[in-house]
Amino acid sequence: MIHTDKLSKNFVVKKETVEAVKAVNIDVAPGELVAFLGPNGAGKSTTLRMLTTLLRPTSGTATVAGVNVVSDPAGVRARIGYIGQGNGGGHSFRVIDELIMQGRFYGMNTADAKARAEELLKSLDLTDLAKRTVIKLSGGQRRRMDVALGLMHSPRLLFLDEPSTGMDPQNRANLWEHITRMRAEYGTTIVLTTHYMDEADTMSERVIVIDHGQIIADDTAARLKANLAGDLLAVEVAAGSAQDVRGLLGRAAAGGELQENASDGVVRFRLRLPEGARLAPALLKEMNDAGAPAQSLELKPPTLDDVFLELTGRNLREGANR
Amino acid sequence: MAVGTSQDVIKKPGLFQILKDTRYVFWREMLLPLRDPFSLIFSLIQPLVFLGLFGPLLGSAVGAPAFGGQSTLQWFLPGVVVMIALFGTSMTGSNLQYELMTGSYERILATPLSRSSLMIGRALKEWAPLVVQGLLIALACIPFGFVFYPLHVLFGLVILGIFGIGLGALSYALALVSQSKEWIFWAVQQTLLFPLMILSGIMLPVEAGPDWMKTASLFNPLTYLVNAERELFAGNVGTDTLAGLLAAVVSAAVGLFVGVRTTNRNIK
Repeated sequence: MIHTDKLSKNFVVKKETVEAVKAVNIDVAPGELVAFLGPNGAGKSTTLRMLTTLLRPTSGTATVAGVNVVSDPAGVRARIGYIGQGNGGGHSFRVIDELIMQGRFYGMNTADAKARAEELLKSLDLTDLAKRTVIKLSGGQRRRMDVALGLMHSPRLLFLDEPSTGMDPQNRANLWEHITRMRAEYGTTIVLTTHYMDEADTMSERVIVIDHGQIIADDTAARLKANLAGDLLAVEVAAGSAQDVRGLLGRAAAGGELQENASDGVVRFRLRLPEGARLAPALLKEMNDAGAPAQSLELKPPTLDDVFLELTGRNLREGANR
Repeated sequence: MAVGTSQDVIKKPGLFQILKDTRYVFWREMLLPLRDPFSLIFSLIQPLVFLGLFGPLLGSAVGAPAFGGQSTLQWFLPGVVVMIALFGTSMTGSNLQYELMTGSYERILATPLSRSSLMIGRALKEWAPLVVQGLLIALACIPFGFVFYPLHVLFGLVILGIFGIGLGALSYALALVSQSKEWIFWAVQQTLLFPLMILSGIMLPVEAGPDWMKTASLFNPLTYLVNAERELFAGNVGTDTLAGLLAAVVSAAVGLFVGVRTTNRNIK
C-alpha cells in the first residue's frame, strides 16, 4: 500500500538546511494499522505530509496506493483519506453541507454523498448537529466531524495526523472505537502519527519509532517492549542486608543499570528484567537464600516510553531537542 | 534518486477537470450567502447609497464635458459596478485566511481538486452577487434617466467576472504569503486598491486631472475595464470593449499563474 525509497525532506530555516526526514524506507501492506511514534519535531508529520502530497520530497521516492506522489499527486489524493492536525470544517459552514461537498470533491454524486454523510453522522453521534455551523461545535464534536470528513469517500488508505491530540479520554476512546470498527468492516489500511505512547501501544499493530528524522525501530509494540525494554522491577531489602544481594541483582540486570536508594533503614533496588514476571519468583528465592529476603516487590511491564528511552536515552515527552 | 528532474512527467489536470472542480468549489462558497441571505440583501444597499449620495455631488462638482456628453448617471453607474467587483474579488483571500488558521484549507488541499479551481471557484463566488447587484442597480436607476441595455450590461458583467478571477487569484496568493500575519493582507490590499481605483477614473474622470495622471492611467488595466463598461452600459460595442476584454483576459492569466505558483510553492 505504501512503499518509500530513501524519502527525504530538507527545510531551509534562516539559510540553514535542516534535515527533517533523512532517507526513510517504509513499507506498509494492505490492511495494516501502523503508528509513527516519536517526540514533537521528530519528523513524523513531515513524513506523513509527503505521503499525502501536502509536501514535496527533497529526494527519494514514495508510492502510495500504487501511485507516485511526485508525478501524480492528484491521483494519490483521490485514493487516500487524510485527517490533519487541525479542524477540517470551515467555521461558518453547516456540518452536513461540508460533508456533502467533501463527497462531491471526491467525485461522488449528490445523492450518494448525502446518504454517506447521514450514515457517518449517525455512526459518529452527530446527527442532531447536522445543521449546526461548525463554529458552534465543541472540540470533541469537531474532531468527530473531522473523522467523518476523512471517511466520506470510504478511502482504502487513511492517514491521521495526531488524531486524538487535545481530546479528553472519553472522546479519545470513542474515536478509536470508530476507527477500529471501520477497519474491521472495510479492511482499511491506517497510518497515524502520535506522541501518545499508550495510543500507539494499545491501538496499533505495528509501531515505527521516528527520531531526528530517522526510523530507529519498526516492529510490533509487544516485541519492541520485550526486546528493548523488559519489565521494571523494584525490590526493597533491609539496609543491613543490601550488600548480600547487590551482586546477585547486578547479575540479574544483565549489563543494565542497577539503581539503589536508601531511606529509613530500607534499600530500594531498581532494575530492568526482561521477562520479569517469569524470572521474579526465582530471583526472590535466591535473595532469600542469600539471607536478604525482599520486604516488598513491584513489577511494572514496560511501556513504549521505556523503549524510546532505551533507544535514545531520552524520554518521549522531552521532545526532539538534543 | 532525484525528484523534480525533467524525467518526471507531472500529471496536470485537464480543462474539463478544472471546470468541474471549479463548480464544486464555487458551490461550497456559495452556500455561505445562500444559508445567510441577509448578507446578500445588505450588500445591495451599499452601492445604492453610494450611487444616491455621490452621484448628485459628482454632477455639480465636475463640468459636463469631462463625461463625454453622457448623463452623470450613465457615466457613473458602470464605475460603481466595477468598484463593487473590485472590492468583492480583492477580498477573496480574506475568507481564505480563516480557513488557513483552522485545518480547513489543508483538508481541501488534500482532496483531488485541482489547484486553479480552488482560486477560480472562490473568486467567482465574490463575483456572483455582482450579477444580481448590477442588474438591480441598473433597474433602480431607470426612473432617474438611466437607459438600460440588458445584453450589453450582461456582457459587461462577464468581462468583470474574467477580471475578477485574476484579481481573486492574486488576493488568494496574497493570503497564502501573508499567512499568520493577517494585517499584511489588509495593508497590501488597501494600499493597492485605492490608487488603482482613482487612477482608473472610476469615481472621477481622469481626463480632468494633470497629465502625469493620465499617463499613469494608461498602465492601469482597470482603466480599460472601466472604459469598456462605460461603452457597454451606453449601449455600444467597440474598441473600448475589446481593449477591456483583453485587459480582463490578461489579468486572469497573470493572476492564475501567480496563484497556482504560490499554492505549489507553499507545499514545497
